[in-house]
Amino acid sequence: MQSQNTSLWKPAIQSGLIAGGVAVLLSLVGMVATFNQRFIISGVFSMGQVIFLAPMLLMSYFFLRKTMALSSQKIVLYGLLIGVMGGLVLVLLVLLGTNFNLQAMFINSSSKLYDILTFNQPLAPGLMILLALSAVMGVLASGSFLIPPRISAAVIQGITWVLLVGLLRDLIITVTSRWGPLAGPVKSLFAVSGLKPLGAIFLFALISGLYYWRNGKPVSPAQKPTQTKDRSLLFWAKWAGLIILLLLLPPILGIFFSDILDTVFMYILMGIGLNIVVGFAGLLDLGYVAFFAIGAYTMGVLTSPELNADPMTYWQALPFAMIACVVAGLILGLPVLKMRGDYLAIVTLGFGEIVRLLALSDWLRPWFGGSQGIQLIAQPVIGNMVLNTQQELYYLFLLGVGIVAFIAWRLRDSRMGRTWMAIREDEDVAIAMGINHVAYKLMAFATGALFSGIAGTIFAAKLQSVYPHSMNFLVSINVLCLIIIGGMGSIPGVFVGSLVLMGSPELLREFAEYRYLVYGALLVVMMLTRPEGLWPDARRKLELHEEELEAEAHVLAEAETSAMKSAK
Amino acid sequence: MPLLEVENLHTYYGNIHALKGISLTVEKGEIVTLIGGNGAGKTTTLRTICGLLKPREGRVKLEGEDLTQYKAHDIVYKGIAMVPEGRGVFARLTVMENLEMGAFSLKSKDQVNKNIERIFGLFPRLKDRRSQVAGTLSGGEQQMLATGRALMANPSILLMDEPSMGLAPVLVEVIFDTIEQVNKEGVTILLVEQNALMALGVAHRGYVLQTGEIILSDSADKLQKNSTVQKAYLGME
Repeated sequence: MQSQNTSLWKPAIQSGLIAGGVAVLLSLVGMVATFNQRFIISGVFSMGQVIFLAPMLLMSYFFLRKTMALSSQKIVLYGLLIGVMGGLVLVLLVLLGTNFNLQAMFINSSSKLYDILTFNQPLAPGLMILLALSAVMGVLASGSFLIPPRISAAVIQGITWVLLVGLLRDLIITVTSRWGPLAGPVKSLFAVSGLKPLGAIFLFALISGLYYWRNGKPVSPAQKPTQTKDRSLLFWAKWAGLIILLLLLPPILGIFFSDILDTVFMYILMGIGLNIVVGFAGLLDLGYVAFFAIGAYTMGVLTSPELNADPMTYWQALPFAMIACVVAGLILGLPVLKMRGDYLAIVTLGFGEIVRLLALSDWLRPWFGGSQGIQLIAQPVIGNMVLNTQQELYYLFLLGVGIVAFIAWRLRDSRMGRTWMAIREDEDVAIAMGINHVAYKLMAFATGALFSGIAGTIFAAKLQSVYPHSMNFLVSINVLCLIIIGGMGSIPGVFVGSLVLMGSPELLREFAEYRYLVYGALLVVMMLTRPEGLWPDARRKLELHEEELEAEAHVLAEAETSAMKSAK
Repeated sequence: MPLLEVENLHTYYGNIHALKGISLTVEKGEIVTLIGGNGAGKTTTLRTICGLLKPREGRVKLEGEDLTQYKAHDIVYKGIAMVPEGRGVFARLTVMENLEMGAFSLKSKDQVNKNIERIFGLFPRLKDRRSQVAGTLSGGEQQMLATGRALMANPSILLMDEPSMGLAPVLVEVIFDTIEQVNKEGVTILLVEQNALMALGVAHRGYVLQTGEIILSDSADKLQKNSTVQKAYLGME
């Protein structure tokens, strides 16, 4: 007992030092000072303070979560230790920064930063407050393990929501200002910056109360869908609700959010396509942007009066763009069929670059406009209405995503989908079963290319112009990332991944230059803690937890052996 | 005419001469085993027969028809099915889906269902786990699945690559029992094994392979008594 307890002191101290190190890093890159103006709760605490105190809280929480079954006394002590250690590192930074000029190396090491860290107090009492608050953070985290889980879950929810709402104040006010009678009450929660203290208390009480109530509700027998008829009715009702919500989103959310949604949906379109190539058939394609470019440029070339004496309309050009993408998919597919894994990735990467460079080249300028791109691209017309605002184009994206998601979903459960998966799992065995891998791989490439191309045509119509520089490698990587974040091979995963990956940078715009730092950190944390993705394919999940599986298989094998023995 | 006839097969990996003129025959209804140590060319022989590797020289004939002219994925239509080394089940497909994939070459849905029933009769364990993902099966079950999957194609000859690999001894016995049973139902089997003792126990005839060449061929009984085989592969002095 004694030895076990003493052995935990060292990791706890380490965790505290790491938390302090993170807080120092965030201070020195300038995030603390920049966001000190942004209040979460007006006049009480700012975003900057959250940034340098949160590491202690989080580290303490995760440390204690890992080390279960401690006495409550120990939990508080470890929490306190982590908080104090983290605080000491910050204190050390302040002492160093105020006595020496660190600015030669750390440009953000200004007196302003140290004022913030000492809460605008004189040095000695300021440092005491800093240390005390860090310690409080550590103890707060341990508190969540001491109270009943139902309460602590509700409290955590409440705090998270207060932080989020305070942070996104401007966006929330912009959106709710369109909601008529609701606009006034919502606005009254907020101050000029962040939430009003009373507003924060109200929000916290509301959210944690709701959460507490919902968690405690016993599942009544009536809720369990006993009859299949009821269940299918519920199923369709849910879908109908979702569709109505999706249709109503643009007027509810306004132009800014509709624009974000357009981007999100465009990436969903591409993501569903790449998911077929990478997720279903297992062909790692890093040049996926090529098909997007081909779709967009075909639309441009055929509909722009700049390049065309007799330009087509969007709908006339669409089938040609689709055919061009399928053909391009086949052209890329043919030479790379023999390649696997990393080799395939490099070749497709090259293909993507070739397409971009062709579009950029002076040689093809008369057709593709070179670095000037193509302007005056036609926008889709339905009846007498030209779809030209973000909100109208949203419906076109929605329609495209709906059709493509349905096709992908049907494909996955078809013989073709299973054949792709068989090729992905073991190509040689698949061939020995009689699967013509050439034909099936080409089909995967062509389908993926088609979906990406459709996204390209809407993209061209939305901006009314295409430029070679929008067709860069980063697009391919973004699409690949969103599939991985969402869950490889999972169709709902594409939606979630795109929402998180393409939506959050837009929402985080306030973080200005730090948003990609935050975004990168999120990616790293995500892959470490949840490698199977946010909404994984059930089968994929099994694979990534192979260790557990192997352990299980071991148990199975032993059971099997003993069963055989006893049968003999 | 033998069912399968391999004539003077030379296969290369790049510049490495892996098979140096292999010739063997398998008669209809037989179990023939190919034994030998690591790197002797056993797996290479099987992969060349089913077309996954192209020989530089030599012929593979099934009922007199030369198979080397066909693409790998067409060969299963001629009546050759393979149980790959290390089982090679499609880990993320269910047991049922794996079996259906095995019947990829069959056109008739009725035939597929009939075969599935037959496989479930042969391996009742698979029936219990029909909707389970193959990657979560135990080693023995995966071997059953791989064997069942190959049988789904109604092959006239089954190529089995090291079915005993990585299995507990009791399970190896079970697998070899089913090999005999499948053979009694009329499927010819070419069996590659490192476990020479077990392989020679079920086989009618055997070939001994060493560094890409056949050094011995005889009936299984006689090979078991052969002093070279006893020393090198059966661990007897």
